[in-house]
Parts: sequence; C-alpha cells; structure tokens
Amino acid sequence: MPTSPIDEVIRHAGRIVLGKERQIRLALVCLLARGHLLIEDLPGMGKTILAHVLARLLGLNFHRIQCTADMLPADIIGVSIYDRNSGGFQFHPGPIFAQVILVDEINRATPKSQSALLEAMEEHQVTCEGETRPLPDPFFVIATQNPYHQIGTFPLPESQLDRFLMRIEMGYPNQAAERELLAGADRRDMVATLAPCMEPGELSEFQGAVREVHVSEALVAYVQAIAEHTRRSPDYETGLSPRAALALLRAARAWALIDHRDLVLPEDIQVVLPAVAGHRLHPASGAPTVSSADMASALIGAVPIP
Amino acid sequence: MAAKRESPRLARIQELWLLACAVLTLAPDAEHAPAWLTAAVGMTLAWRGAIWWRTATLPPRWLLTFLVAAGSAGIFLTYRQFFGKDPGVALLILFLALKLLELRSVRDGLAVIFLCYFLLLTHFLNAQGIEVAGLAMAALVAITAALASLGHAGRSAVEHLRLSALMLAQAAPFMLVLFLLFPRVQGPLWGLPVDAYSGMSGLSDAMSPGSISNLSLSGEIAFRVRFEGEIPPKHILYWRGPVLRLFDGRTWRAGAQQEKVSPPDTATSGAIRYAITLEPHNKHWLFALEMPDVPPPGAIISREYQVLAKTPVRSRMRYEMRSHPDFVSGADESGASLRSNMNLSANNPRTRALAEQWRRESGDQEAVIRRMLDHFRQESFFYTLTPPLLGENSIDQFLFDTRRGFCEHFASAFVFAMRAAGIPARIVTGYQGGEHNPVDDYLIVRQSDAHAWAEVWLEGKGWLRVDPTAAVAPNRIEAGLASAVPAGEPLPFLVRTDISWLRQIRFRWEAVNNSWNQWVLGYTPQRQREVLSRLGMREPDWKAMTAVMAALCGFLLLGLTAWALHKRVRLDPTVRAWNRLSRKLARIGLARRDWEGPADYAHRVALARPELTQPMAAIAALYIDLRYGRLNGKEPRQRLRGLIADMEIAVPR
Repeated sequence: MPTSPIDEVIRHAGRIVLGKERQIRLALVCLLARGHLLIEDLPGMGKTILAHVLARLLGLNFHRIQCTADMLPADIIGVSIYDRNSGGFQFHPGPIFAQVILVDEINRATPKSQSALLEAMEEHQVTCEGETRPLPDPFFVIATQNPYHQIGTFPLPESQLDRFLMRIEMGYPNQAAERELLAGADRRDMVATLAPCMEPGELSEFQGAVREVHVSEALVAYVQAIAEHTRRSPDYETGLSPRAALALLRAARAWALIDHRDLVLPEDIQVVLPAVAGHRLHPASGAPTVSSADMASALIGAVPIP
Repeated sequence: MAAKRESPRLARIQELWLLACAVLTLAPDAEHAPAWLTAAVGMTLAWRGAIWWRTATLPPRWLLTFLVAAGSAGIFLTYRQFFGKDPGVALLILFLALKLLELRSVRDGLAVIFLCYFLLLTHFLNAQGIEVAGLAMAALVAITAALASLGHAGRSAVEHLRLSALMLAQAAPFMLVLFLLFPRVQGPLWGLPVDAYSGMSGLSDAMSPGSISNLSLSGEIAFRVRFEGEIPPKHILYWRGPVLRLFDGRTWRAGAQQEKVSPPDTATSGAIRYAITLEPHNKHWLFALEMPDVPPPGAIISREYQVLAKTPVRSRMRYEMRSHPDFVSGADESGASLRSNMNLSANNPRTRALAEQWRRESGDQEAVIRRMLDHFRQESFFYTLTPPLLGENSIDQFLFDTRRGFCEHFASAFVFAMRAAGIPARIVTGYQGGEHNPVDDYLIVRQSDAHAWAEVWLEGKGWLRVDPTAAVAPNRIEAGLASAVPAGEPLPFLVRTDISWLRQIRFRWEAVNNSWNQWVLGYTPQRQREVLSRLGMREPDWKAMTAVMAALCGFLLLGLTAWALHKRVRLDPTVRAWNRLSRKLARIGLARRDWEGPADYAHRVALARPELTQPMAAIAALYIDLRYGRLNGKEPRQRLRGLIADMEIAVPR
C-alpha cells in the first residue's frame, strides 16, 4: 500500500490524539469533502487538540473562537476601525479569517452570532459593511458543543445543524490510550513540534480527487434505498433530505479516498452514516431515544444492499 | 408440546386499518339491517373509535359477554329464529362490531378481516346493482390492504393499497374465467323469501282516479327495449298492459283472462321486432307494443291481447317480441264477450244522459266517438298531474264540474260515455312512449310513462284504440309527460327535460346500468351458451366448460409465474452470481446478510474459514470492480461466475 501524505497525517495525529483513529479519519474525511465538523462532547476530551493537530499537520493556520453569550458577530468577522493616519476606515479581520477554526461551545453564542458564523461557513465568504471578503481556502470549521449542560445556551436549530457535514462524539479514551496519555509528554508541546505533512496546495488536490472517486449506479441505488427507508419508516420523525443523501455520498467518497480506493463501496456509506445522518434524523415521538450510533446501525440493518 | 405463543399485539395504525375496513363493510348493511341493530353497531363503532383516539383500554370480558348475549337475544326477538338469511347476516354484523371491542392481537385482526370478507358477500343477497358491486370492490381493496398491513406494520398506507390492488388485479383474470365458464344454474343464484317482492311498484289490475297519476310521480324504470332497426315514432309506442272492463262507478278492474286461440287477425304492414328487459314487478303481465302476435316462451296472449307470464315476474326478465302496429283485432268478437264490455254501473246519471243525447243526435257510432273527443277538445278540460279528488259519481264530477284530470280520468270518462251510448268499450293500461338513450340505443320506459287509454269496438273494424288524452294534451303522446303538464307541477326529477347536462349524465349512468344488467346479472345459462358458442365452443356442456375453465386457469397461473420469473431474470447478472455465492456459502452457515457489503462479507468469510480467504478475496475484488467500479463486459462477468463455481467448500459432515 503506498504511503500517501494522508496516511502520514493519520499516523502522526494518532500519536497525539490517542486511540481515536476513527474520529481522526472522520475529521479528515470531513475536511477533504469540504464539509464542516460538529463535535459533541464533554470538555477535556481532546477536541481542541484534534483541531490543532489537523491544522498543524496539514500546514494550515489555526484560530480558535470561544463562544460566549455576549459575543457579537463583529467579534467573529471583524470590524472596520477609523485610522487617523490614512484618514479612512480600515478593516481588522476577525478570527474567522483562518483556514482551520475551532468554534468552542457554539451553543453558548446568541443566534445572531451563530447565524453569522454559519453563513460564513456556507458561503465561504463574509460581507462586512457592504464589502464581500473571501475566506481563506481551504476553510474548515470544527465546532464543539456540550450536550449535557444546556442551561443558558442556544441549541442549534435543525436547519443550522444541517450545515455541518458530520457530527461526531469523541468519547472517553480506552484504558491503554489513557495510560499512555497520562504517562506521556504534554500534548501541547507535542503539537508545537509537529511538522506539516503536506505541501501547500496538496490539500486542495486531494479535495479535488474526492470528486473523482467513482460512484456506481448500484451505490446510488443503495443511498436512495437508505433515504427512502427513512422517509417511509414510522421510526423517524422526518426522512433524510436530498441534501443529506448528497452529503452521505460526498463523505463516502472522501472515506474511500483515504482508504486508497477510487470507487465507493456500500461499506463506506455504512461507515460515515452515523456521523452524517445522526444529527439529521430524529426518532419518531414515542419511539425510545437511542444514540445516533444505535440509530444508524438499526438503519443499516433495515436496508438491504440492492 | 409446543409452548403457547402469544400473538403479536396490533400497532395503532393496524387498528385504524381494521376499523376503517369494518366501517366500509358495515355501512351498506345500514339499509337492510333492523334499525336497532344499525344504531347499536353505529354506537359500538363510535365507542371503539373513541377508544382508539384516546388509547384507552378495551372493555372487560364480562361486558362483552353481556353485549353478545343481549345482541343475540335482540336478533332472536326480531326474527324469531337464528337460521335463515336475515338473522344470519344480522348475527354476523353484531359479531363483527363486537369483535372490534376485543381487538388486541394480530390474531383478532385476522378474525375481523375474515368476517369482513364474508359480510361483503352477504351484501349481494339484498341487491346486485352495479353500485353495490362497486362499493364491494372498494371494500375488497381496503380489506386486502388491511390484511397486508397486518404483515408489514412499517410500510405506508399507499404501499398496502398498492399491494392489495396488485393482488386483486392478478386475481381478476381468474375471476373473469370463472364468471364466463363456471356452469350456470337457472334462476337467481340464491332463493329469496317471498316477502322480498312486496315493495315493487308498477301497474296494477285495478284503476281508480289517481292511481296512474300517483305512479307517474315515480322515475323508476319499468322496462328497457332494444329495437331491431329504427325506434318507431312516439305515437306508435303504446305498451299494452292490463285491460280493464269491469266498472263499479269508481274503480275499473280486469276480468277473467282467457287464452287467445287464433293468431292476430290481420297484419297489414311490416312487423316490429324488439327485445324487452322487464324490471321485476311481481305481476303476471308482460308488456308489448300493440299488437303482439306470438308470445315469448312460457307466456300466453289472452283474448284481450295481454301477454301473460305463467308466474309473476320476480327477477329481471328479458324476452323477445314481435308486434304489428297496424292491426285489426277482435272483428269476430262474440256477442257475450261484447256484452261484458257494455255493462254500466248505476251511478253517474248526468254522463249517461249526455251520452244518450249524443246517440240520439248522431247518426252512427263513429260520430258519437268524434263528438266525445270534440267535447274534450273544445270545452275547457285540463291535463294535470294533480287533479282534484272525486267523490261517488266520479265521472259526472269530472266531466261537468272539475274538468281537471290525468289520463285515467279521461280514459275512464270516455269508456263510460261510450258504453252509455251503446258502444262496447274498455280501458287499456300500460305505458306510452319512452325515452331514447343515445348512449346505448335502448328505449327506457319509466313508471312516469304509465298511461291509460281506451278501446272501442266497431262493427266490421274490431277493436280500435282511442286515446282521449291525446285530444286534450297532444303533447303527452308526442313529447312525453314533462311537456304536457303545466309548468310547476311536481314531476319526478329524472323525467324533467330542462337540465340537459343532467340528462347526459343520466343517460350514461343508465347505459352502464343496463349493460351491467344485461351482461353481468343477466348472464343466464342461455346467455352463457350464446357467448361460448360465439367464442367457438360448439354445444358447450358443463363438462366441456369445466375442462376449458381448468385449462384457462392453468394457463393464467403459468403466465403469472412466468411474469414473476421474468422479473427475477431482469436482475443484474453480476448480482445473480453474487447471490449464488451467498447461497453456496449458506451451506456452511455463511450466507450474506442482505445489508452486508462485499468487503465486509469477504472479511467475515475469511475469518470464519481461513482456507477460503484467497478465493473469497478474488471473488469480492472482481465483484466490487463489476458492481461498484468501472469494469464492465461479458468476460469479467463470466470470470466471476467461473470463480464462484470453482470455489470448493468443504461442508462439515
């Protein structure tokens, strides 16, 4: 198997974020598929480290936005300030002008700030005082939210959740990984010493290669069968939208790419399904609440591969 | 002994399906079941609906037991027995409604569905019209869809309905074959009790003022006629029914009937041939154009030219007739029989005096007839559906006082006056005219076309038809009842001529109804023989029919099977090969799960059977290339088949 820069990224990231290869791969898939990632987990599970490591390894610059209830859109996008020397207004870009952004606790921000952020994510550009400014490319947002303490927060509405290609959970590390973590060096120091694995521009080549991954008719039929099932089955409140089905295909393509394949298999769909469909599907009222992983595996088991 | 297994509980949506089925099945019974049962069933359904809505608990067993006992007792009190058609159906209705109250498991659901199927059949015991059949068909689709929902709770209503429609569509050719070829028995399919015919309307063998105008208010169909060739003009369309000659001053009655021996006296012009489909009216007489010459099989023609069947007409009857519009009848009538057409009741003195006076003043009998008709025409007589009530001397009152009447008043006054003037005369009742349905070219004769006219006997000319109504309201004969009565009179809705789109719809509906009657309900042994011989079966007897029926059903079954197989054949050959691999590996318990992708499958097989790793990997790789990659063509597919066929699996003994 040829070692590609992507393998290197996964290998190096795995040394720092221990025992989380699946999450690393999914985050990478999300980046390659030009999507954004929502991580839902408790504080201290390595969300920031993951984002930071990815940025370092891919040679991208990294900003962090800590969301608070009194944050304004200008705090994210930036402001124009009057400059006495030049006699005009000068734009001071906000933290959003970076290639990898970690938006911490996005559900603490007010809906106004959230929508400013999410709009930037969707459009890949921001408009400030009538002037449209493009965001850097690649542009990758990792947002986190704390699922348990929702008091005083503004949970993302469904339409906003849909803007994230994937939602994943970090989860506790396993015993071996934790022991290694506790015994090992400080993770922040390790991140600081990381060297990029990719040349500038290589990442966008990979992003372009994702679109070249072959999707056969049989596979489209499988994605359709999955979407169709969620729409007809009484187990779900609403079915998957066509956009969700497209997202599923996009993520599966990227997954196939990092798996060194130029064609998508049903297994790729199944692997990305919990992350892609989990936040877009809701169990019907009356049905027992299950985790998105359980819901996805039930969905996979219910749809035969055509 | 196997442990008793609990039948799975019904989902809410399944319960709703079953309730809907029960409502659809029970609704048509409301018309025939006793009123208390209809009310009780309605209340039960509403109760069950409320339980469903609120997801409340079902009533306890003791209450159900009580309801069954009470309902059964009610049925026994109503019918005085449990056996027979009506009590049996009533019991089924009761049980279906009460079964809904203990609808818990899929097993209960099946019981409800089978009850619904059976009750659906019993609707045909009461009526066999096309609307009953249509309703039953709709209910059949719904019940079958409910049956489908019991098996697959997760699917949508549309899917259940589609499945049900597909299954019934597959059954339809079998139904057609059985309908066409199943050996028929004469008469209705099931015997009906005698009291089933009490509500039929139609002419009777007695006529008093008001009896025909009452009948005219009904838009019901009396019979339908199909002519060979053109429909004759309206003034010829006198459909002869009961002939009345006995008069008691108010009511005319028919006398005893004798079979006529000789054929019609003279036929001067071409005969009219036609077939009549008579609606049941529970009387002996059949209708025919004046004058019929040969009776249909099983009927006679009386001396008064009435066509009489041997038994009352209790089911729809089709017969063919031949009539001669120009006729001379009864020229050789005997004196005794003429005298029976001369008797007068004692009352109505003013009319008698007038007739006497006319006879004295006029020279001959024909002049008297003309004078009477002129009298109707010139004096202010009115033709109306709502004449004033008449007392004891009904004819005097009509002729001199009220002067408003319907055809029976005019005919009755005319015949009475003729007899008073010494001319033998009698009343003929029947129908006049009819409505041509341009859709199927049938002439429809309704109860509203009921009519009464007169016949007088003249020396050397025999019996002549005289229609006094034509003198007063010529439109009645030429254009039908609606144009003859003054505007604003209460006409049956269907007879009105002023709403043309309604007429169009009615014509279509009646044409459909008529074809249904002719071809579905009227598919008698004789019709069956006709159809089959037209299809090329000579001398079809029940053995031949059964053989052909079995053969056709066999062919149909083969055809459907071939279709099902063909659908399978259309599967991608790559997928078929892949499925074969799964079947092959199923022998060692490694069948592919239907959601399992090829790579996962190969991995699982390799884990379970390390010796299969190599061939399995090759097969999976090729399959992946063919199915999910860009590889295509015959050769790799054959290679895949070859690899799968060559894979050797050691089946553990």
